[in-house]
Amino acid sequence: MISLEAVTKRFGKQNVFSDIDLQLERGEIIVIIGPSGTGKSTLLRCINFLERPESGRITVGDLRVDAQHATRADILKLRRRTAFVFQNYGLFANKTALQNISEGMIVVDKMPKEKAHARAREILKRIGLADKSDAYPAALSGGQQQRIGIGRAMAANADVILFDEPTSSLDPQWVEEVLNLMKQLAAEQQTMIIVTHEMQFARDVADRVVFMDEGQIIEQAPPDELFTAPKDPRTQRFLRKILAPTGQTVP
Amino acid sequence: MLNLEYMWDLLPVLLSYLPLTLEMATIAMLFALVLACLLAVIRVSRVPLLNGLSLLFISFFRGTPLLVQLFLFYYGLPQLVEALVSINGVTAAVLGLTLHFSAYMAESIRAAIVGIDRSQTEAALSIGMTQSQLMRRIILPQATRVATPTLMNYFIDMIKATSLAFTLGVTELMGATQKEASSSFLYLEAFLLVAIIYWVVVELLSWGQRRLEVYLNKAYQR
Repeated sequence: MISLEAVTKRFGKQNVFSDIDLQLERGEIIVIIGPSGTGKSTLLRCINFLERPESGRITVGDLRVDAQHATRADILKLRRRTAFVFQNYGLFANKTALQNISEGMIVVDKMPKEKAHARAREILKRIGLADKSDAYPAALSGGQQQRIGIGRAMAANADVILFDEPTSSLDPQWVEEVLNLMKQLAAEQQTMIIVTHEMQFARDVADRVVFMDEGQIIEQAPPDELFTAPKDPRTQRFLRKILAPTGQTVP
Repeated sequence: MLNLEYMWDLLPVLLSYLPLTLEMATIAMLFALVLACLLAVIRVSRVPLLNGLSLLFISFFRGTPLLVQLFLFYYGLPQLVEALVSINGVTAAVLGLTLHFSAYMAESIRAAIVGIDRSQTEAALSIGMTQSQLMRRIILPQATRVATPTLMNYFIDMIKATSLAFTLGVTELMGATQKEASSSFLYLEAFLLVAIIYWVVVELLSWGQRRLEVYLNKAYQR
């Protein structure tokens, strides 16, 4: 339902990654892990053209976009089918919680204001922030802001939600509420691609874990398999390093 | 020492010229704001060709004295363009003030736009907004708040700069004072009084500015 074929991204002459292939089905949840600077976030950003890939094809449902020939209209269509949750929330500072969620519905989907606000209120209820509808981002905690960031992505009604390290800039006390909301979405079979360093979360939620290193997909498998019996030495080394402090062991 | 009685009698006379002064400043400010926003957006989005022209425009109007620009428009240009022979002083002054101040204001608006964190731009694009929707709905409203104190300063500057219009033969607040003073020979009284009038007007505006800032900051209270 979503596929990346031979997606290649360069910054200047430096290859971030080349010929990346990745497929996922509707309702599938993929977690991408790997060392910093291996192109995980860039890959995610290429899927909705926040970064323009040099080449490759991206398919979402029946929409197929070839990076080399993508027009502005193609890119807008692709962005409407994908939603993005940012590490730094990216909430609109001049809009209330409610408006942050309804903005896309009003401006992009041309929904009447009343209807968009009603829908945004439903979403606020689902993310547990019904009482904050008129609060501006500056008055909210990091965890609340990120939940609204997720609410905004939910409002887009996209085929897939892309999460770029959604808990990395949160104070530890807010991490859980954000992860819980993501688990709730997972239970509702929302298709998601998540880049994260939260290994326990990956274990709990992912249908498939993808390990990336130095611009390549090294290995992908269901979490039970990848975390307990990683095949590639690079995966083993990474997991050993990252799981050691948590007391979990890797064979 | 001071002829207070003369000052008291002069006050209503001078005040009757205040509306023209404020009118010139307000009209020039409105035009300058529109032009400055345009220049700023062109600069930020690096529109080819127009970006270069904007740079040249800003460079010229910041690089030359306002008085020189006013003389150029009023005395100089009619020599070149027949239709401008009948340009009156008020129009020339408003034109000069608009162009001069728009150059300065464009740079503060540009700085305010650039100062808004990149993540909001990416978020807006990620939900499928176009560049112009992003500008109108997210960036410009926030840039307005950041730029307001500076822009109000320019407005205050502009009110005072209208006094230069008297050199183009416009009888505005300053021109009227000049006339009154030279017929009464009470220069100290006349110019002191006009200074106080400008001062009070500016103080009233500063008060308004503080109120406006409180209003604009309401989204950013913690």
